[in-house]
Amino acid sequence: MGEGAQMGPLEQRIGRMARERLAKARIGIAGAGGLGSNIAMMLARSGVGHLVIADFDTVDESNLNRQHYAREHVGASKVDALSQQIHAVDPRVAMQAFRLRVTPQNARELFGGCDIVCEAFDDAQAKATLVEQLLSLTPGPIVVSGNGMAGIGPASEIVTRRLGSRLYVCGDGESDVDAGEVLYAPRVMLCAAQQALVAVRIVLGEE
Amino acid sequence: MAQVNGKTDTSVDGCTIGAALERLGFDRARVACELNGEIVPRAEYDERALDEHDALEVVRFVGGG
Repeated sequence: MGEGAQMGPLEQRIGRMARERLAKARIGIAGAGGLGSNIAMMLARSGVGHLVIADFDTVDESNLNRQHYAREHVGASKVDALSQQIHAVDPRVAMQAFRLRVTPQNARELFGGCDIVCEAFDDAQAKATLVEQLLSLTPGPIVVSGNGMAGIGPASEIVTRRLGSRLYVCGDGESDVDAGEVLYAPRVMLCAAQQALVAVRIVLGEE
Repeated sequence: MAQVNGKTDTSVDGCTIGAALERLGFDRARVACELNGEIVPRAEYDERALDEHDALEVVRFVGGG
């Protein structure tokens, strides 16, 4: 951890064992929008040591209502803006940031070495394709997908379900931007938080 | 009788996964399917027929993220 035997504030808070497990974990995040940017920040704050993040997009003013970016980031690559913010919180996080579109052809190369991958796309077909792709890798990562967080429905509708041995799906499973529903920060962050939480729980052996 | 998303569904016995999805109103481009706990590649949806011992989980993806 690069700080000798000294216990840092995070270690003091969560304990050396938890910190060591989290510091060793390698978690992928596919998409750095509303879900991915918030997941990344939460995992960094939780002490996850290695983050692999991929997104082709740049920050737009219209993203600021729910994504973890500020006005100063508008026009910047999302993965660069996110890396900068993560290192401002914890410079020890090893970031692999890829400014590119995740495709069925590069998914294995990008995320095959991860313990867990959080699917954080916005497009339904792209979500389905990536989940299928990652679960087809053997051995392959555990996949934590975000599915259904639009609108202003009650928080209790957003749940985490486990399906099979390597898939968790967080969200309400129903609300759909393609049906005209809009995205609000609280509900996007509730879904992102469930994805980040299940990832931390897996790393700490609670799942 | 095959199970679909935890419920017994006799209407899909003998169907391929692709035919079952169509019958149940799913858009195959927006789902991921697990058969007996294993992911099924989309390319195999029209090959594999469901029998009475099969358990199919269909995750329908929606937009937003």
